[in-house]
Amino acid sequence: MNKLYIGIAIVLLIILSGISLFIGVSTVTLDGLLSGDSKQLQTFMVSRIPRLIAIIIAGMSMSVVGLIMQQLARNKFVSPSTAGTMESATLGILISSFFFSSTSVLGRTAVSFVFALIGTMIFMKILDYAKYKDVIFVPLVGIMFGSVIGSITTFIALRYDMLQSLGAWMAGSFAGILSGRYEMLYIAVPTTIVAYLYADRFTLAGMGEHFSTNLGLNYKQVMNIGLAITALSTAVVVLTVGVIPFLGLVVPNVVTIIFGDNLKRTLPLTALAGSLFVLICDIFGRLVRYPYEIPISLVVGIVGSIIFIYLITKRGAYASKA
Amino acid sequence: MIEVRNLTKKYGSKAVVDNVSLKIAKGGITSFIGPNGAGKSTLLGMISRLIPRDAGEIYIDGQEISKVKSKDLAKKISVLKQENHINVRLTVRELVSFGRFPYSQGRLNDEDWKFVDEAIDYMDLREFEHRFLDQLSGGQRQRAFVAMVICQNTDYILLDEPLNNLDMKHSVQIMHVLRRMVNELGKTIILVVHDINFASCHSDSIVALKDGKLIRHGSVSQIIETSALREIYDMDIPIEVINGNRIGVYFS
Repeated sequence: MNKLYIGIAIVLLIILSGISLFIGVSTVTLDGLLSGDSKQLQTFMVSRIPRLIAIIIAGMSMSVVGLIMQQLARNKFVSPSTAGTMESATLGILISSFFFSSTSVLGRTAVSFVFALIGTMIFMKILDYAKYKDVIFVPLVGIMFGSVIGSITTFIALRYDMLQSLGAWMAGSFAGILSGRYEMLYIAVPTTIVAYLYADRFTLAGMGEHFSTNLGLNYKQVMNIGLAITALSTAVVVLTVGVIPFLGLVVPNVVTIIFGDNLKRTLPLTALAGSLFVLICDIFGRLVRYPYEIPISLVVGIVGSIIFIYLITKRGAYASKA
Repeated sequence: MIEVRNLTKKYGSKAVVDNVSLKIAKGGITSFIGPNGAGKSTLLGMISRLIPRDAGEIYIDGQEISKVKSKDLAKKISVLKQENHINVRLTVRELVSFGRFPYSQGRLNDEDWKFVDEAIDYMDLREFEHRFLDQLSGGQRQRAFVAMVICQNTDYILLDEPLNNLDMKHSVQIMHVLRRMVNELGKTIILVVHDINFASCHSDSIVALKDGKLIRHGSVSQIIETSALREIYDMDIPIEVINGNRIGVYFS
């Protein structure tokens, strides 16, 4: 059953990837590539393939990160964009730009990672102290927290005349993905693999500290590993692609509604569904106003927010029932 | 054997468990009873290392539990807390298989799956095994959690109010299963119960707590007895013997 869905998703992903590779302003055709047209080959290697890889990795890692956060926070509406993680990563990138030049990607990733980690940890601490853990209340706190960080970021950017570069990180887009400028995103591949290796532990941690301690699980350690994976993946995605709202929220929710909360089972499905979702949104964004393109953050934002509203009305009732 | 020496837990200046010393022999069912706020669940939580203690020692089979790795302890003692908001959607089979986590760390071998199958059959859950927990009734869900504990296969099993939210039929069913686990599998079961008559009908020994202090520990006939119950609950409860069971008539 599971294998069937994974199989279908992989086939779809391959077909859509093929389509994605041949969409764009400058003509790239299979014939041209095979006949060794150097201009077409260059476009293909420098822009099209990196773009496709970025789409697949960003979609996969952000969805998986959302899944982990929802499990660890024990709330279906917690995700990088509703827990201050994205905003903290953005603040980190801004701060890092004072210390590192734009070519020093490693340094900027590190600073952004640390900020995303601290931001998410603060959010989790706020949750610990919150007396009122309603399904809707928790993400609201996260969105407010994220807005506070966002305004700090805007303020700093305003003071140092950096609003324009801030805008670039805030609005996620795959248009700027070129070979040599996105490779940091590859970090999200091993973190996603580690997430899969920890899938069972995340499932248990989601059942609560007492439940996991009973089974001999080091709850705090698993929690910290989960947050580190979250922060690192978010940091590299925001740095290379930019903020993609709602992605880590809607994809895991749709998957878990159908397949349940056993991460060993749902994590690969979530990863595939995430890539597929972003790929479809990206193709749509590139075709709807051809030859111009709509940034991915906008397309995912619109589709995602519609699904989010649907989930809140449907799942809000379901999640609070238990 | 579980031995507790001078165990204390304070919240602020109030001791919720106050200098409790206790020995629980291997085998049999021991019930913790007492009024609300007596410290029953806290005591159970400390014995199972879920709640940190402020003072005292806890030995399981002669080993102080703080000196045993949590991972190894999970093969010796299991505990089921009454968590009202477990809203994780797992199937019964998935939940039960997590009982093997201390042994398998998530990679179950054929032997682990044999344990899973046996536990599912033992709790009569075969027809529900692929259902999600939130699709089950309260009684079925409780049986699923007990099946997970069976799968964990520990000598000692601690249950915090396992009859909570269960109707009479399912409560009796759970108590019968626990008895079978003692008789057939040689388990030692300790549970917190609110209803003294459940404790009376199904326990081998009863521990009575009040205001954090252990005030009685003995056999059923020593505790389910009017003067002892008066001491524990500040109530005069007449005892009737019905079919050999001592029943406290506390309703009027």
